[in-house]
Amino acid sequence: MIEVKNLTKMYGNFVAVNNVSFKAQKGQILGFLGPNGAGKTTTMRIISGYMPATSGTVLVDDLDIFTQSLEARRRIGYLPENPPLYNEMRVEAYLRFAGRLRGLARGELEPALEHVIDVCGLKEVSSRICGQLSKGYRQRVGLAGAIIHDPQVLILDEPTIGLDPRQIRDIRALIRELGGQRTIVLSTHILPEVSQICDKVVIINEGHVVLEEALDALPAGTSLEDVFLSAIARERGHEDIEAEQELEEVSAGRSSAQ
Amino acid sequence: MRNALVIAGREIAAYFVQPIAYVVMTVFLLLGGWFFFALLRRFDLVQQMYLAMQNPAALQRMNLNQMVIEPLLHNMAIVLVILVPAITMRSFAEEKRAGTYELLLTAPVRTGEVVAGKFIAAAVLILVMVALASIFPLILVLFGNPEIGVMASGYLGLAFLGLAFVAVGLFTSSVTQNQIIAAISCFGALLLLYVISWPAETGGGSFSQLLRYLSLPEHFATMVRGLISTKDIIYFLSVIAVALFLTQRSVESVRWR
Repeated sequence: MIEVKNLTKMYGNFVAVNNVSFKAQKGQILGFLGPNGAGKTTTMRIISGYMPATSGTVLVDDLDIFTQSLEARRRIGYLPENPPLYNEMRVEAYLRFAGRLRGLARGELEPALEHVIDVCGLKEVSSRICGQLSKGYRQRVGLAGAIIHDPQVLILDEPTIGLDPRQIRDIRALIRELGGQRTIVLSTHILPEVSQICDKVVIINEGHVVLEEALDALPAGTSLEDVFLSAIARERGHEDIEAEQELEEVSAGRSSAQ
Repeated sequence: MRNALVIAGREIAAYFVQPIAYVVMTVFLLLGGWFFFALLRRFDLVQQMYLAMQNPAALQRMNLNQMVIEPLLHNMAIVLVILVPAITMRSFAEEKRAGTYELLLTAPVRTGEVVAGKFIAAAVLILVMVALASIFPLILVLFGNPEIGVMASGYLGLAFLGLAFVAVGLFTSSVTQNQIIAAISCFGALLLLYVISWPAETGGGSFSQLLRYLSLPEHFATMVRGLISTKDIIYFLSVIAVALFLTQRSVESVRWR
């Protein structure tokens, strides 16, 4: 389970994430949507414990990611936007390293390694060097590294970006398979992806949540695209209206001064 | 500790696969061998000169330790000033650039363990280099009669010096994601530690004393002369401790930016 409470992250004076709250229940796959620069990656980095929030908390299985960080991080598998591969390592060696780093004992390591190689379809590249892999394989090796310790919570930052249609289909199937008992937060801007694999959607724009809804609770007949665009447009609308009002006030002030 | 060793293991493998380790070792040993050869030639020349002059008193005073090993160790120390930045510049900078930093910092591993792992890896490499360079005194032992204790003390000094350099290098690498910046600033810092006492050579005030205490070659030279004193060991250990502490803070600060 993941609970994000009133998360705010400032970079200097710039507010990247503004009072974001949402919840993903155990077994849920949560689609995290938003335009580029909306604060998705920042939020996911905070959830994964890479960096702390300016204020607010994240609970992972009721463990605070800041105060009980090591315990919480043990339960998380995190795949950043660029898979964190060491280019000079062989795939197997990399996965072993990822497993041991996540605290797998020697005895657990080999079965876990075999399992992820199998699940992520890496058999034919297992002895290749990471730096020579195609984008699709890099993504899959990254994913294998993120799930090798069988985490209860998975954070996936745009896992299907840059893949060809067949690879996208495979990764989606894999993610759906991984769901079930796990909690998954997955960011993307491919909307059909969310309707296909997610149970719940959170839309974020300019750092704050504009929609948090279970997918089957969305009004029947509306496509996710409409929901997304209208949610974001509503925001824009507000700003436009405010800007117009300001303009009117300025011009009104000017005319009254004349 | 286990986590630190896991990281160190990966790091050492990377040194050898890259293959930075082989290049660094080759350069170090080639230059060391060249210095050794040159110093021995000079020793030989002086000896023949005294023999020709039939001057037994001067011949008696000739000393392999002073004339060969001491300058050799000082020269190798200078080579380390240049090579260590090349060894350590990758350690953090490259992880940040490649994005693997996110893997390290989101794993259930303390930042102290990350720093310790990186230090252990680079330390192993340096110690192997120093150990391989002990071939030179070994040759002297086989063909001459140098004082073994003095040489051992000098090599211990070289090992400590190398470890201190590595710790400084890790720090400079931890503050940037650009390897060139990491290497240049490490080189600058090491050179500064080398020459820091220059303005204090004549002065006697407390400031001069402080500069002389901070000066790396001063402590190193004592060990090269065969004196192992707690004062010098503590100096090297404190340089290592301070640099690693700063590295740990700097890694941790990524989380707070």
